[in-house]
Amino acid sequence: MAQFKPLFSLENQNLLTAVQPVGPLHDGPALPRGDWRRSGKPFLFHLLGRIGNAQIGPIYLGGLGVASLLFGTLAFNIIGFNMLASVDWSPMQLLRQLFWLALEPPPPSFGLSIPPLAQGGWWLITGFMLTTSLILWWARTYRRARQLGLGTHVAWAFAAAIWLYLVCGFFRPIMMGSWSEAVPFGIFPHLDWVSAISLRYGNLFYNPFHALSIVFLYGSVLLFAMHAATILAVGRYGGEREIEQIVDRGTASERAALFWRWTMGFNASMESIHRWAWWFAVLCPLVGGIGILLTGPVVDNWYLWSMKHHVVPSYPQVYPISIDPALLGAKP
Amino acid sequence: MSRSLSFKLSCLKLIAGGLAAMALAGCGERPPIESKQLGYRGTGMAQNVNPRLEAVKLAANQAPASADAASPDGPRAGQVYQNVQVLGHLSVGEFARHMVAITQWVSPTEGCTYCHVGANFADDGKYTKIVARRMIQMTQYINQDWKKHVAATGVTCYTCHRGKPVPANVWYQPADRKYTENSIMGDLAGQNYASPSVGLSSLPFDPFTPYLLQDKPIRVNGDEALKFTGAAGNSKSTKQAEHTYALMMHMSQGLGVNCTACHNTRNWQEWTNAPPQRVTAWYGIRMARGLNNEYMVPLTETFPANRKGVHGDVAKVNCATCHQGVQKPLYGAEMAKNHPELLTASPPAEAASAPAAAASAVTAAVPVAAGPVAAVTTAIAGTVTAGVATAKSVALK
Repeated sequence: MAQFKPLFSLENQNLLTAVQPVGPLHDGPALPRGDWRRSGKPFLFHLLGRIGNAQIGPIYLGGLGVASLLFGTLAFNIIGFNMLASVDWSPMQLLRQLFWLALEPPPPSFGLSIPPLAQGGWWLITGFMLTTSLILWWARTYRRARQLGLGTHVAWAFAAAIWLYLVCGFFRPIMMGSWSEAVPFGIFPHLDWVSAISLRYGNLFYNPFHALSIVFLYGSVLLFAMHAATILAVGRYGGEREIEQIVDRGTASERAALFWRWTMGFNASMESIHRWAWWFAVLCPLVGGIGILLTGPVVDNWYLWSMKHHVVPSYPQVYPISIDPALLGAKP
Repeated sequence: MSRSLSFKLSCLKLIAGGLAAMALAGCGERPPIESKQLGYRGTGMAQNVNPRLEAVKLAANQAPASADAASPDGPRAGQVYQNVQVLGHLSVGEFARHMVAITQWVSPTEGCTYCHVGANFADDGKYTKIVARRMIQMTQYINQDWKKHVAATGVTCYTCHRGKPVPANVWYQPADRKYTENSIMGDLAGQNYASPSVGLSSLPFDPFTPYLLQDKPIRVNGDEALKFTGAAGNSKSTKQAEHTYALMMHMSQGLGVNCTACHNTRNWQEWTNAPPQRVTAWYGIRMARGLNNEYMVPLTETFPANRKGVHGDVAKVNCATCHQGVQKPLYGAEMAKNHPELLTASPPAEAASAPAAAASAVTAAVPVAAGPVAAVTTAIAGTVTAGVATAKSVALK
């Protein structure tokens, strides 16, 4: 009897983890003198093994990690308790309104001076705590990479994100001479800030660095999809063992390269695709940060700036001409 | 199909269904959404309308029928009745018709005695009568002096009241937090709280006090590309932009329109390439501010405490008071033309008592737009109306 073969079989598409390799639990290589001990006894977690490695722990906390968590926890709690106070200490309202609440930077009248706690003082303290926490965590990623004999690519990619964070919350407010220009700590409120800065500075879409940043953002997504799809597609030839393929190029690598050469005439190599991805990811916040740093300190109106440099297309006038009523003598 | 695979597939379906449901719930508005083109093709100048919600809105915003016009002949109301301070120049028939209409518009369940003392209609004993008299003058003022906003359509009491003694959409200064006194934590900074006044966003929740009561600058955009150029440079802060944004969200919500109803969103400050509705809206903001300062706030002492806000302030108007979610209140129904007594300020009462004279003096003192300004804007208004048809034909090219 002929066996029924489905036209589409999910199991053969290499989209879900089919095999979970499980070896003996291990702590990793011995650490040199002066390092902390790793904490936690490693164990297996089957469900996590379906999306990654089934072995959980041990974790290396270290002095930098502990200090980072301490400052981070303080920042998190100051934000949380201010949010709770802002809804009159109602836990229910805190839950209901969590996305709306925020710890707001001081009003413009304070400039760069230190405001009272109730009017942005907590915001300044939290900014300091959170920044310290991030930089300590950055140092931790740097030092752990070094201890494992790795390059420091992760640390520098993380630094690119910290750059954008510091531009929005520290460098730009200082250049503007006012803490009030910084971003509030809150879900919707920080998005309102994003909209408001675009509205205030004549539409951020006309900021070329914003445009570049979007190119790298969407580009990162595109590269991620292309690379992941390519490797999954050649998984049947052992393509996911990328490091081996780099050293000893096999049929997986050759087929992947041929596929892209045939479809678009050019292919990234097994090594270079990761440089593409790293640079795209890192350049996204790097150029974005430059764009934000120019917004206010240098450029006041991006639309008018783009008009000046002839990058704004003109459309037929479809509306009857309106005149600003304020110009007609009426009070604005 | 193996059992494990069908299990996997049903899991996937469940997850996909769950995600879709969450995404839709996040929108807060069930489709369909229809997009109507408002500007040149491809520029995103469009108005999004949900026909299902639009039908509900249309049914809820219908103008009531007006009674047949009364005879203008016969003795004047001011001669027949006592203490008729504003509408004394009407005939008795017209006056009675107006009183019946205002009862239907404002206090249909409460009846005449909502404003009048039952035993003596001439008595000014009830605060509601004092307020109603002033509101009639306000309606006349709007129709006569704010044509740049209300055009020939005009307004009546019903535009705001809709059969309720207090219009559904009025505003008071917001209440403080319970523990504001001596609190060093939880400063809201006037925002960051789910607020219906700004379309449930976390934007500043009282955009009315600075812009519809006070005269704070609304514009935040500058006229120069670079910082430190121009006459004084533009010193508006991002927080000011949030306040302007909040006012605009109120307008968008109050009129049921997108930003593109008034703005060319590639350049918010632009007038020349923006829909002409922006001019109408500009006057609307000034009109609301004028009504609050000249009519509502002076009535503060007249209102009893239970009609005031937590800070003891009087109910005030904003865009939603008349518009109630519709771009043209009552979908542009021309109700006011059936009530000519509301279209212009009453002539000064000749045989009126002393308080009546005082009242008309107040009306006369209300500032009106300067002559040349009015002439120019009327000319523009003409262009605007004529241009609409052309705009459509070009836009759809």
